[in-house]
Amino acid sequence: MTASAGDPYLNMTGLKKSFGLKPVLRGIDLTLARGARLALLGANGAGKTTLLRILAALTQPTAGSATIEGLDVARDAQEVRRLVGFVGHQPYLYDELTALENLLFFGKMYGVKGARERALLLLQRVGLEKRARERVGTFSRGMVQRLALARALLHSPRLLLLDEPDTGLDTEGVQLLTLLLDEHRAAGGTTLLTTHQPERARALCDHIVTLSGGRVVNREAITDEHISDTNHSHPVEGYPLRTA
Amino acid sequence: MALVNQETPVEQAGTRQRVVTKPVGLSVPSLILLVLSFISMMVSLYMIFIYAPTDAVEGNPQRIFYFHMPSAVIGMCAFGIIALGGIMYLWKKDERWDWLARAAAEVGVVFLTFTLITGSIWGKTIWGTWWSWDARLTTTLILWFIYIGYIMLRGYMGHTFASARAGAVLAIIGVIDVPIVYESVNWWRTLHPQAVLPLGGSPQMPPQMLLTLAVSSAAFILLFSFLIVQVYHLQKMQTLAQRLRASLE
Amino acid sequence: MGLFAIIVLVIFNFAFDLRVDTMAAVAPGALWVAFVFASILGLGRTIAAEREKGSLDRLLLCPVDRKAIYLAKLLGNILFIGVVELVALPIFMILFNLPLQAGPLLLIVALGTLGIAAVGTLFSAMAAATQARELLLPILIFPLIVPVVIGSVRATSDLIAPVANDPPWLGLIAAFDVIFLSVSMLTFEFVVEE
Repeated sequence: MTASAGDPYLNMTGLKKSFGLKPVLRGIDLTLARGARLALLGANGAGKTTLLRILAALTQPTAGSATIEGLDVARDAQEVRRLVGFVGHQPYLYDELTALENLLFFGKMYGVKGARERALLLLQRVGLEKRARERVGTFSRGMVQRLALARALLHSPRLLLLDEPDTGLDTEGVQLLTLLLDEHRAAGGTTLLTTHQPERARALCDHIVTLSGGRVVNREAITDEHISDTNHSHPVEGYPLRTA
Repeated sequence: MALVNQETPVEQAGTRQRVVTKPVGLSVPSLILLVLSFISMMVSLYMIFIYAPTDAVEGNPQRIFYFHMPSAVIGMCAFGIIALGGIMYLWKKDERWDWLARAAAEVGVVFLTFTLITGSIWGKTIWGTWWSWDARLTTTLILWFIYIGYIMLRGYMGHTFASARAGAVLAIIGVIDVPIVYESVNWWRTLHPQAVLPLGGSPQMPPQMLLTLAVSSAAFILLFSFLIVQVYHLQKMQTLAQRLRASLE
Repeated sequence: MGLFAIIVLVIFNFAFDLRVDTMAAVAPGALWVAFVFASILGLGRTIAAEREKGSLDRLLLCPVDRKAIYLAKLLGNILFIGVVELVALPIFMILFNLPLQAGPLLLIVALGTLGIAAVGTLFSAMAAATQARELLLPILIFPLIVPVVIGSVRATSDLIAPVANDPPWLGLIAAFDVIFLSVSMLTFEFVVEE
């Protein structure tokens, strides 16, 4: 089931998640249009990571629903996984394998055609081509993060879910991240990322949503006028970000 | 027992309302089951010790049979209920099936333990040994271990969806495995024939014995039903209470 | 781990005060006790590895059928346990002074190990989420693999001293393998999804 022209690209209705007795998400209603870049702000424990994991079909919601391109993350989980690129807190890489071997392995898992060429291209893109045949266990945190980004982009995902992607990245790394996100958007991709830092959110994204205690407490759209307005945020209605 | 504090103060728009529902106690069906099981237990106790004739071969110890056999059958069927609850839970995702499974586990294990103890005592009086590795006793013991494993697993994993799913899978594997265990022990035993407890009783049991067995079985079934209903409600209350507490945070 | 299996065999020798005449009777039991404990140890180690969070997640993230993940884990476990067994077997034959034809023995060991690993892989995924996983895993697995243990011991014993009219132990183990491999494969996804 794919979305028709009028439907939002990403749609969350009443999304709830509890781990045992502990409720983490208490009802999220959010929509996103294709090509948008959304930043999720919030303190630790607000539910950002859990929300991302639900969208990546790593976890199922306890109640409510989330659809991506009309596909339900619970019912159509495998299709959702195919179009999502995820970078989490853990790098999700194999320390014992080399950078190239890691990308080739995940390339196979995602059914990427021409995996070898794509892997080498991405390694070059993230500046790791010289370390292609070194074991990931020897990499620094910044290098691991770059490789994680490469892994997420391997299968040309249409939706990028990045959990604090700037962790461990130096200034050059952050520039690289920005470039990759721009390329992703130019190719028609949508992005959802989480971060602690509002400034970074404003720099990278065009919409900001703040979570607290598992609920959405604030929404903001960044346009040129607002970029300098760092202290002023207010709920905004209207295209392309609207309340469900 | 499903004893619940039925008075709950509720704050609504500044006013304090006391919500008082039914008085504390058992629901009507539970009460009926309790009374019925009590009566039938009394009747069957009378029948077991006084009414039923003394067995010609074994003498009075044979009367353990009237306790042992119903609890054995119930203990095994309870495991079937756990497996059924598990399958239905995986299929329908309705947590009430999981409550049923947990209840069946907690009550069933008691009945099965009772089975093992009565079987052991009976064996001691008949054959002089506390234990015999025949197919029935051994399989019962193995089933008992699976029960314990189930309860431990659910205990460690808590009241989560993962716990319910894991329990369901364990029960499914267990229910398929137990018949295989029985057969394999049977095959094994053909090589080392040893004392077998005359569990079935002699082929022609006099009618008074059959009647006693029937009444005793009914009593045990009623008791089991009563207990499982109570534990089911306990599971339900626990889950709902935890959910309530969590939503207040 | 291979060392562990050998130690168990040696202890059996002392525990049962083996003389030449009793060896043949006790040997199969000793072998399979050693193998079962070694298997539990091996499965326990993969649990410990899985617990570093993200280990299974990186596979679950991919659009890969969960049955395939189960089979992959199973294969890993079998290889690991298999290596231990291959080391322990010759030692076993030497310690217990038993000339056995390698072929049939290997078949028994293969089928038996498959049964233990099939169930073990499923349950190690289950127990991985709990605190007392090293304790829980043997408690869950031992009752369930009883048919495999009985069958393997008796089949091994038959190799040493063939008995007439013996039930088809190998068939039993094979049937067990087929049944529990399928059931575990099908139910794995329920155990592993969050």
